[in-house]
Amino acid sequence: MSFNNLDTLYRQVIMDHYKNPRKRGKLEGDHITVELNNPTCGDRIDLQLKVEDGVVKDAMFEGEGCSISMSSASMMTQVVIDKPVKDALKISEMFSDMMLGKEMEGYDFDIEELGDIQALQGVSKFPARIKCATLAWKAMEQGVEKDES
Amino acid sequence: MTNLDHVRNHFPILDQEVNEHPLVYLDSAATSQKPKSVIEALEDYYNRYNSNVHRGVHTLGSHATDGYEGAREKVKNFINAPSIKEVIFTRGTTTAINTVAYSYARENLKEGDEIVLTLMEHHSNIIPWQQAAKATGATLKYLPLQEDGTISLEDVRELVTEKTKIVAMTHVSNVLGTINPIKEVTEIAHQNGAVTVVDGAQGVPHMSVDVQDLDVDFYAFSAHKMCGPTGIGVLYGKESLLEEMEPVEFGGEMIDFVNLHDSTWKDLPWKFEGGTPIIAGAIGLGAAIDYLNEIGMEQIEKHEHELVQYALEQMNTIDGITIYGPKERAGLVTFNLDDVHPHDLATALDSLGVAVRAGHHCAQPLMKHLQVAATARASFYLYNNKEDVDVFVEGLKKAKEYFGDVF
Repeated sequence: MSFNNLDTLYRQVIMDHYKNPRKRGKLEGDHITVELNNPTCGDRIDLQLKVEDGVVKDAMFEGEGCSISMSSASMMTQVVIDKPVKDALKISEMFSDMMLGKEMEGYDFDIEELGDIQALQGVSKFPARIKCATLAWKAMEQGVEKDES
Repeated sequence: MTNLDHVRNHFPILDQEVNEHPLVYLDSAATSQKPKSVIEALEDYYNRYNSNVHRGVHTLGSHATDGYEGAREKVKNFINAPSIKEVIFTRGTTTAINTVAYSYARENLKEGDEIVLTLMEHHSNIIPWQQAAKATGATLKYLPLQEDGTISLEDVRELVTEKTKIVAMTHVSNVLGTINPIKEVTEIAHQNGAVTVVDGAQGVPHMSVDVQDLDVDFYAFSAHKMCGPTGIGVLYGKESLLEEMEPVEFGGEMIDFVNLHDSTWKDLPWKFEGGTPIIAGAIGLGAAIDYLNEIGMEQIEKHEHELVQYALEQMNTIDGITIYGPKERAGLVTFNLDDVHPHDLATALDSLGVAVRAGHHCAQPLMKHLQVAATARASFYLYNNKEDVDVFVEGLKKAKEYFGDVF
């Protein structure tokens, strides 16, 4: 009895983000807030975004959830800060493809250069956990849409 | 320990490997597995006598009607209901409770009336009452939980007053395993002129339930948690109350005479069963009841009790484990292990072939009370054995080690 393929999911870098989330806390000043939860499991994220002139200037999150949802939130904030909104949305689409195990073709980004998010690739092999990984990204998408409206 | 080992062979699904390990299914509180006899009853219906019921004169139609109504008779005997008029087939526990909340509650509640619930209810026994309260101006009152996750009859006596019109309570908590004193609560409710509505989703599958002895007014349960198919459940209600209630769904099957501007309803129980009924489902439920009777509900209850006590004993040897609920409980254990999130724990166990539930178990108010966002749950049924518990506990120890290292 052994955890033969568990290491493909729980990579060291994921655990590091879970234990030491990079942008956990509250933003000061004007910002957009999105609260999203995963009603089937109780994961919750409270994401705050500062968007100026179509660029994500800052992002922070609070919330509770499993290692996958919280590390994904930490990695997401890292990646989108200082990116134009349209790029952030493209990367989110790319992330979603990665989760579905699809080829990430036709994007102007190289997954290897997008912070640590590549470490979450293994989630695609655990279908029950994909929703955990995408929660923060959905919150980000809703946040920037709020800014546009 | 009671020996129900022969039972495992009755469940074809258990004979498989999941993630290269023999399946250990510990999620029966979510849905139970089905014995061969139930699967065959469904197959037999579709292969040999699929037909609509209560109409037409052809042979298949009367065979199907016999199957459907025969299942009602089996349910009646299984819960010791006085009459088949009091056994209404619904889509499941949720629909059964909603039927009472839509029909009985909206007809009988007014502003100032109170509905008493407990903090351990499943969402399906909270939200229908929230909606009924909003529609009528009634208010909800929650019975508190004691330290060990039980309710006290003193609290019931205090909270249930002449203002109370409905006491809605689960028979067995799907999170804590608490078995509520339904008979005593019902007595208090009746002394105050209130009716009881019992969520029996975790009750009927695991213990003998006698609705006359409990004296409950309404009792709801689902087939799929008691070896039957999904999509069918039962609302038991006292005839005198059901008689006065309006149907919730209108259409075919439930009518007596239809005129241009008004219609009359069939007798009980059919006035509550609008549309072509869940024929295959009822036949499957009938087969499930036959099966459970064959094994014996007392045997099943005893087996689960021994199993859960063994599990508690073994789990308590693990450092850092938190177990929720009382010692004397139904066959399930909800827990947390150190700081490992229940999802991560459930994924780790799944990779060993062990299926447990992780999340809020559709009981968010209870999770809030326990001050946890989520928990993991292992639940047992007649086909589980000591070896299942051993594999599960071994898995917990391994997970603790694994996450202890990587976290």
